[in-house]
Amino acid sequence: MTEQPDLRAAVAAGVVGSEESFRALLSAIVEVARSIFGAKASSILLLDQETEELVFEAVVGEGEDTLLGTRFPAGTGIAGWVLATRTPLVIEDVQNDPRFASDVAEGTGYVPKGLMAAPLLHEDGALGVLSVLDRPEQSLFSLQEMELLGLFANQAAIAVDLLLKAREAERLLGAAGGDAEVVARLASAVNALEDEQREAGFRLLDHLARTLGK
Amino acid sequence: MQDVTGHSWDAGKAALPAWSLPKDAVDRIALPGDWPDRVTREWALGGSTGEGVRVCILDSGVDATHPSVGELESAVVISIGDDEEIVADEDTEGDVSGHGTACAGIVRRLAPESRISSVRVLGSSFTGSGAVLLGGLRYAIEQGFDVINMSLSTTKKPFASVLHELADSAYFKRTVLVASAHNMPVESYPWRFSSVISVGSHEEPDPLAFFYNPSPPVEFFGRGVNVEVPWLGGRTLSVSGNSFATPHITSICALVLSKHPELTPFQLKSVLYLTANNVGGGR
Repeated sequence: MTEQPDLRAAVAAGVVGSEESFRALLSAIVEVARSIFGAKASSILLLDQETEELVFEAVVGEGEDTLLGTRFPAGTGIAGWVLATRTPLVIEDVQNDPRFASDVAEGTGYVPKGLMAAPLLHEDGALGVLSVLDRPEQSLFSLQEMELLGLFANQAAIAVDLLLKAREAERLLGAAGGDAEVVARLASAVNALEDEQREAGFRLLDHLARTLGK
Repeated sequence: MQDVTGHSWDAGKAALPAWSLPKDAVDRIALPGDWPDRVTREWALGGSTGEGVRVCILDSGVDATHPSVGELESAVVISIGDDEEIVADEDTEGDVSGHGTACAGIVRRLAPESRISSVRVLGSSFTGSGAVLLGGLRYAIEQGFDVINMSLSTTKKPFASVLHELADSAYFKRTVLVASAHNMPVESYPWRFSSVISVGSHEEPDPLAFFYNPSPPVEFFGRGVNVEVPWLGGRTLSVSGNSFATPHITSICALVLSKHPELTPFQLKSVLYLTANNVGGGR
């Protein structure tokens, strides 16, 4: 790994925003999804490529205290099918069978009666799955809702992509050691300045770059 | 006997011209004269049970113990070997998600006497699932199924050209590939290829209602909302999505092919067009 990409990552880590702010964005998305569909819960699952597991990254409603950070294998279950096939689907258990959606129920005690799930697609990759659990029982599902779910999934995919980029920048920054950290602080500090101070900050950096021969 | 496309012709039938049509061959390509002046739903599939038509469910596996599915003709799980060869082992695991069972149940309900096989391309490992999907499709085409139900798609661009080649090869070998369209605004395959029958959803409760779309790439709409299907563990669920509209069109294809086994994919698609609810009025 060369030094240059690490320093760029350091700049990115300094300015693109913290993990917390992206997590807040994901939480806001699932909150709105739950509210619009009148559902009991909504969640975003992210694919951990190394372990081939799906991880709950944002949860609102039933299970929000226990599900966050919970993992299960990505190759099986309903969410696994949605992820692998890049295809959204809606399922309702007409028999109210407790074995339904065991991938969601595992370790939580919460067994949904129905779920809508859509893949989080960005460029040509599948990053995870957006789920909406237990819509109102009396309402039959319609294609309009499927379209709405797809729109939410697109928005969530963009947020997840930013979160993953921020994590990658942090990781590269950590891998580069303490030397790169000052670049992140510098980028963050200049980024936070306003008006004349900001202009002065950029002039100072420009002089520094010229002094360093760039 | 096989022609240059690898297609087998009935024994005793003179080889048909593949690339050009000499004068003395014109009579030999005369089509059966039993097409009516007006192609109706009754002519196309009336009284058909799908008997004899081999349908492949390329999906998550199929639970044959579910009473709404019943016996399968065959069930394999696809993996990629050390030398990147396609390995098809007998599938003893069944279904890893429930989805393939749901698709098989729809086909069993609408075309009860069709011969259903399962080719599982999901569940063994998430990484490399694209290669398994391609391998499974290639295997299914080699098996010469009449109809392959593909309620899934990939967004990986590097796979697009191979999928395209496979879809075209199926088309010329008289294997109809019925593929689920994506209902999200992303580029995915193989449903976008014109050699497949691509399927989106309509909201009508009639399982045999289907519509032609005059604004492709999605060509047909099948029943895809609030459909009762078998799932894992002997359960029945109500499901929605294009992936469930697809086996409805697969079943309709099986019904037509059972009654008219001579149809090429092009002719089958023409029959679907002529008998669609918004074209022939579903009569």
